Amino acid sequence: MADPMRIRAQAAGDKTTVRVLMSHEMETGLRKDSAGKVIPAWFIQEVTATHNGKPVLSADWGPSISKNPFMQFVVKGAKPGDKIAVTWVDNKGDKRTDEATVS
Amino acid sequence: MQTRREMMARSAAVASLLATAGFLPMAARAEWPKSAFEAKNMADAVKALGGSAPVESKDVTITGPDIAENGAVVPVGCATALPGVKRLLLLVEKNPSVLAAVFNVTDAVEANLSTRVKMGQSSNVFAVAMMGDGKVLYSVKEIKVTLGGCGG
Repeated sequence: MADPMRIRAQAAGDKTTVRVLMSHEMETGLRKDSAGKVIPAWFIQEVTATHNGKPVLSADWGPSISKNPFMQFVVKGAKPGDKIAVTWVDNKGDKRTDEATVS
Repeated sequence: MQTRREMMARSAAVASLLATAGFLPMAARAEWPKSAFEAKNMADAVKALGGSAPVESKDVTITGPDIAENGAVVPVGCATALPGVKRLLLLVEKNPSVLAAVFNVTDAVEANLSTRVKMGQSSNVFAVAMMGDGKVLYSVKEIKVTLGGCGG
């Protein structure tokens, strides 16, 4: 299981800025190791975000996204105390969900 | 809500996934638009997602550095003030996989997203907004990279 995500959700007025830092290798499948063998691709393919259980954003990612990906988005109408949850699924079928409270 | 156009694009993606399933069993999940991520340029990627020909627009903004020191981590953002955005795309023209990210936005989030991408070399970076009415708008920014991010 992968390391937890770091999620910070800060409310300003009726808008909440959510910053997510995921822990993932994001291998492109194009790099080679020291023995010249191709390192297989391993990257996050899908990211979904929910606000109090309601899906608000989904994303499909390719291998061009950086290692340990960062994502920032703005949720309208989220209040302090609301729950923001983020889930990712990688191309090996591994997944992780983490939740944060809007502050 | 799914439009017919989206359904058609998905069906095409599923068909191509099935064809390659024997080689890439783990990648054979229907939701991920594989054909779009394999496209070699912006127009093909947009087409694979069911969009029309992209038109340059000032209403779509792309943010990023003029010069990125480290190509492995280039912060880029895409935004638009226009209502009715369905998808925001980020593309790096000279990367082996041109399409970096597809964001499916709903009314509950602002069409303003940032992330970090890898860049193998200096290249144009595109932000594309696919609107609910079928229009596809884009803006472009050149980002120079002093150290590539795709090497070993």
